[in-house]
Amino acid sequence: MDLTVGPNQFFWDATTWRDFYARIADEAPVDRVVLGELICSKRLPFYQTHIPEAVERLLAAGKTVAMTTLALVTLKRERNLTAELVDMGLEVEVNDLSALAHLPEGAAFSVGPLVNVYNEGTLRWLVGRGASRICLPPELPLASVEMLVAATEAHVDVWGWGRLPLAISGRCYHARLHDRAKDNCQFVCAEDPDGRAVDTLDGQEFLAVNGVQTLSGSCANLSPQLPALRGAGVAGLRLSPQSNGFLELCSLFRNLIDGRISAEDLSAAALPTAPGGSYCDGFLTGAAGVEWSGRP
Amino acid sequence: MMELVCPAGTPAALHAAVEAGAHAVYCGFADETNARNFPGLNFSRDELTKSIAFAHDRGAKVLVAINTFPRAGAEAIWHRAVADAETAGADAVILADLGLLAHTAERHPDLRRHLSVQAAAANPDMINFYAEAFGVRRVVLPRVLSVAEITAINREIDVETEVFVFGGLCVMAEGRCSMSSYITGKSPNMNGVCSPPSHVVYAEEDGELAAKLGGYTIHRNAKGAPAPYPTMCKGNFTSGDKTGYVFEDPVSLDASDLIPALAKAGVKALKIEGRQRSRSYVAQVVRNFRAALDAVEAGRPVPPGTLAHLTEGQSATAGAYRKTWR
Repeated sequence: MDLTVGPNQFFWDATTWRDFYARIADEAPVDRVVLGELICSKRLPFYQTHIPEAVERLLAAGKTVAMTTLALVTLKRERNLTAELVDMGLEVEVNDLSALAHLPEGAAFSVGPLVNVYNEGTLRWLVGRGASRICLPPELPLASVEMLVAATEAHVDVWGWGRLPLAISGRCYHARLHDRAKDNCQFVCAEDPDGRAVDTLDGQEFLAVNGVQTLSGSCANLSPQLPALRGAGVAGLRLSPQSNGFLELCSLFRNLIDGRISAEDLSAAALPTAPGGSYCDGFLTGAAGVEWSGRP
Repeated sequence: MMELVCPAGTPAALHAAVEAGAHAVYCGFADETNARNFPGLNFSRDELTKSIAFAHDRGAKVLVAINTFPRAGAEAIWHRAVADAETAGADAVILADLGLLAHTAERHPDLRRHLSVQAAAANPDMINFYAEAFGVRRVVLPRVLSVAEITAINREIDVETEVFVFGGLCVMAEGRCSMSSYITGKSPNMNGVCSPPSHVVYAEEDGELAAKLGGYTIHRNAKGAPAPYPTMCKGNFTSGDKTGYVFEDPVSLDASDLIPALAKAGVKALKIEGRQRSRSYVAQVVRNFRAALDAVEAGRPVPPGTLAHLTEGQSATAGAYRKTWR
């Protein structure tokens, strides 16, 4: 099993961004890194100039590097950005299907977790179009994961760690929470480097918002599911960046995969820096996504 | 005139919609293949065949929504739905899943294909991709776009566009939301339901009525005050120092006063949400919208306020059609 660092979902300042990927290149025992802006095209200019340097450093460290599309492409400027990504010469991770309009027939690409791959027909169509690697949507139950892996030769990943991407909107919730219009957001999402918690009126931990994105309140942690995922033939796990303890987390997952630690060890060690401070893995085997199989 | 596309959860609602002036009616089979998979709703094969004959006799079309994402290992259920819709004489099927679109284009090339809102095709590149790859003839646009953006999209595509103008409002890009399954295990994409009634509990606590979904409190209202249905994205929540409707107020969509602007934007069809609604509701909304369309066609203004009492919680929004909503 290999490890992919998914695209950072949050808005970090340029220095933090640059240092994060420099350390991933130098220190993280991961195989593949997906760079780029997934959530809001307005964030990109703040760190865009650091991308070539990060790509170079990651490649020099022996990592595979891919560039993600936005999750929701609407504006002309965003369509141009998507077309430019294809011209970068790196693997493109498609998280909005409009990227296929720019990818030449037969060119290899990967499919990210925000593309709806629920069944064999869709998987086969994408592989036929050139997809060599697919990270399945986090919502899928284990039975579906098993059947999809069995239906393809392509490399199949699942979401292994991090607040789950649950929805994407035209509306910016960070701007709304600050009584601002989206066009005048003043980049308030930067105040919440792991998303802003949204709790119920009874104080139950519930969801988190990140600009136009809605995330799970708790942090997905599929470490207890590793034997089942291995049994299904899943080829890799995706770890989603967080502001604290991420390098350590990469090492913990590497140690788990290599059999040096248990899922309980990992879960205990990673809890203090896990966004939301609690775990879920219910989409895979539970009655609802929010459930956690490791709960005593 | 723009086409008025109206909801029917039952044959009776379909009859009512056609008689009230619907140009087209959309409906689905009584199973997980469509995004309004509620108990007691939707059509058997026989009901669909008879309903299509009824509509065709009166010059109305019937569009069949097969717009959930087929479950791995069970695609045959969705394939059969497409084949049966064609046999019943459907004027089009409304699809969202790539694999199902590919299957339908290959096996049922003469069956007209519309792209469901659940595919959230939000820009011309994506729409042209679906048109070229699967011969899609009409796209139902996601509710994330402004009228200006819809105008720009129509300039760059050859296929028809259909937009929602009334009824329930998805706040998120449709078909790309798993909030409901995170809390309840049931989702629009997989099960055709969002915030399902089976997971709703109302509890009296401290003189208040709490509406809970999957054990999570979505609303609290004073006893006796109107209690909106606990739809996840329209709940009252707390984030930091703020308490309120973080995602959206408990409102529904009413874009009736934008009919002239949508016509000018090049929109081909206007869609009313509400397959779960009663026959009398459908008849009333369809009649009012048809009158509004006739007025616009004749160069008269849209009659104001006629639908206000039918909107959820008595308050309505034009949603993303007005840019300030974002």
